Amino acid sequence: MNHRWNFDAVWAHPEALLAGAAGTLRIFAICLVLGLSLGLLVGLGRYSRRPWIYLPASTFVEFFRNTPVLVQILWFYFALPMLLPFEISPLTAAALGISLNSAAFSGEIFRGGIQSLERGQWEGAQALGMTQGQAMRRIILPQAIKRMLPALTNRAIEIFKMSTLASAVAYVELLQQGKLIASLNFNPIEAYTVIALLFFAFLYPLVQATYVLERRLRQGD
Amino acid sequence: MNDAPSPAPTAKTTQPLLRVTALRKQFGPAEILKGIDLSVASGDRIAILGASGSGKSTLLRCLNFMEKPSSGRVELGGSVVGTERTSRDGSVRTDYSERELTRVRQRVGMVFQQFNLFPHMTALGNVTEGLLTVKGLARDLAATQARAQLARVGLADKADEYPARLSGGQKQRVAIARALAMEPELLLFDEPTSALDPELVGEVLRVIRALAEEGRTMLLVTHEVGFAYHVASRVLFIADGVIHEQGTPDEVLKHPRQARTQAFLARHNEFNF
Repeated sequence: MNHRWNFDAVWAHPEALLAGAAGTLRIFAICLVLGLSLGLLVGLGRYSRRPWIYLPASTFVEFFRNTPVLVQILWFYFALPMLLPFEISPLTAAALGISLNSAAFSGEIFRGGIQSLERGQWEGAQALGMTQGQAMRRIILPQAIKRMLPALTNRAIEIFKMSTLASAVAYVELLQQGKLIASLNFNPIEAYTVIALLFFAFLYPLVQATYVLERRLRQGD
Repeated sequence: MNDAPSPAPTAKTTQPLLRVTALRKQFGPAEILKGIDLSVASGDRIAILGASGSGKSTLLRCLNFMEKPSSGRVELGGSVVGTERTSRDGSVRTDYSERELTRVRQRVGMVFQQFNLFPHMTALGNVTEGLLTVKGLARDLAATQARAQLARVGLADKADEYPARLSGGQKQRVAIARALAMEPELLLFDEPTSALDPELVGEVLRVIRALAEEGRTMLLVTHEVGFAYHVASRVLFIADGVIHEQGTPDEVLKHPRQARTQAFLARHNEFNF
């Protein structure tokens, strides 16, 4: 095989790559915020002793942990609109799939983090006359989140990579733009190489930051 | 609202501050408390002694509802805690609402064996926390009151330290200041010196003793028999989930009538008056 590398066609339309990068960052931001905040609710729900909170939260986690994100995205895009009186945009479908899946996984992180705290912390708070909610907000969560930070940053990196699945419903993000460039110019080698390197350029600093964070948190103990 | 912390109630009233009737506690099949009757008047300093596993800590934890009693009645300031329901067979069940228990716990402070300080807050933050979150005080007022409590336990200069940088004795004194800041009517000490290195026990006992001399009402579960002798106004000896013997320190600790009390005291060699 003798391939002559030629990146000209890839760089010929920088606005296409820029639009892709913007799309990737947009869906990442949406899914990060939705996935983690919903995950916190689900994690708290699974910690609850009330069955009408615990059962739906557990069902949610088990359902979304045990189905592939790609299937969920396709289902939201192609199947759900047939059951609803309105259309669903590629962004909405992809963001729903990725956010709900992330919520299920980060919910488990939150639950584990909360459970890792000693009972004495609850008791210390309760003995002052705090309600369960006050104890959770003021005493338990601040400590639990510190312990969970490494796992949560890993989750963020996963969300960033999962955003490529949105290309399955033709949402404009980096991979989708790469596919477009490759099919227009018949240069899949260069197109996908550039896309992979762009992802690397985004994620590598993020991963390095988490290493630093983990080391710093370990020192704090 | 008055800024100054109100002085501890010292006046003896006819109504007991706390009355416990037929208190029982089971954990699964194990019955830890088998019917405790106890009356605590304002200003009482009650030391609770007993072998480990006798139920003495469980009794204390039932009084601020860290554990909910399986049956029996706890009255605080003349009113029953919880809602009693009589079922058809005549037995009485008590339902406790979290809302009511949070109010009770504001009146009944607790100091734990393991301190249970909040590690993400400074000493000052620990003492301020209840004033801010539970009492709803303004931040600067809460800080002023908290500093006064820290000064009282001799830790004014440690206000900005995190618990990880304090010794065990200092941690326990912060925990005492934290409980005091809430101005409880009754203070519960659950083996406050058992987790401490021997050389740190004295500083904590001195603080507790000073509180006793102020006339604070307190219940103290302890293994420090000598301390109990000097500080308590009444001593309870608990064995097998019941109050086996009680009386003045002199009666229970120097002239115990029950064989089990005598055997327990004989095992405590450090016992010196």
